[in-house]
Amino acid sequence: MKRASAAALACALLALAAGGAPAQERGIALDQLKSGSAFLSQDLRALQGDELANPAMLWVERGEKLWREPGGKSAKSCASCHQDASIGMRGVAARYPQIDAASGKLLNLEGRINQCRVERQSAEPLRYESEELLSLTAFVTHQSFGVPVGVSIEGPARAHFDAGRTLYYQRRGQMNLSCAQCHEANWGKRLLAETISQGHPNAYPAYRLEWQTTGSLQRRIRACLSGIRAEMLPYGAPEYLDLELFLAWRAQGLPVEAPGVRR
Amino acid sequence: MTARVQMPRAAKRGEVIEVRILIQHAMETGYRHDEVGHAIKRNVINAFSCRYNGVEVFRADLSSGIAANPYLQFYTVAEASGAFEFTWIDDEGKQEIERQPIVVSA
Repeated sequence: MKRASAAALACALLALAAGGAPAQERGIALDQLKSGSAFLSQDLRALQGDELANPAMLWVERGEKLWREPGGKSAKSCASCHQDASIGMRGVAARYPQIDAASGKLLNLEGRINQCRVERQSAEPLRYESEELLSLTAFVTHQSFGVPVGVSIEGPARAHFDAGRTLYYQRRGQMNLSCAQCHEANWGKRLLAETISQGHPNAYPAYRLEWQTTGSLQRRIRACLSGIRAEMLPYGAPEYLDLELFLAWRAQGLPVEAPGVRR
Repeated sequence: MTARVQMPRAAKRGEVIEVRILIQHAMETGYRHDEVGHAIKRNVINAFSCRYNGVEVFRADLSSGIAANPYLQFYTVAEASGAFEFTWIDDEGKQEIERQPIVVSA
């Protein structure tokens, strides 16, 4: 007994030391994290792992073409600056959402792509959830396949992280549920025909059978909001960005598996 | 519209080869309605065929029961070097062709 409590105390001290600044409380311990694919059926896992049959790869392929296509008044393509995406973009998506050093704003990958389009290519920003933006995002994210998710929540990102956490634990909608009540307190249990997942973002953009198409993480969050009968914010709302940052921090260390296949 | 084909680039004569193709298409069923209640017109790929050096080796008639982005898989026998030509057409009359070469050794 004494030994066990001493070990627990040592663990707690270690956890404090490892966290550096005030240790963040994790709803799900790092060694308990399970990617969404762990909650899929065998068939769907196989479909996601199949380079050809994974339908989301169609978007990756389109994104690869767009990457080399000149856009806007500058006649520059993504490749003009970033060259080979398999080298330059490796690991990049795993670090997003990220604070943009120049503007100090929090950007997700979609936001970064549009910022590049406006500032570097002198092109119109792409509409959220448009085929082009989804394709480019899927292509860039796929370059980080297998790279562990690891976002920074230090410095100016801190306020966004805190706001994201507040949103995550806040009850909302007619069902009066928070994200945590399903994805932290009840993951692994059944909700009608579904197994509740831990709600990690590492497979997005993903192909959902329900959508019959590929969609962004924000579309997935909106689906949850609709499910609990809460108000859906418009695409690109800052609240989603804060939440995306918190979700990425929650999923720290899980490998990027985009583009995923989900129910 | 994007399509992805997977099949061997080279094969021995007489070898059975696997051909897989994934086509990006919404496969609109014709049973759905838009936000204001108007029926959305059916638009599915209704015919798909594969020709190997001009000879049809596979054909499929698709309908509204097929999910979006149809995936097809079939087998054929490698006979001579040349090309596979995949053709499909949807209800709007949009036809697309995808080609894939193959080298067959004796």
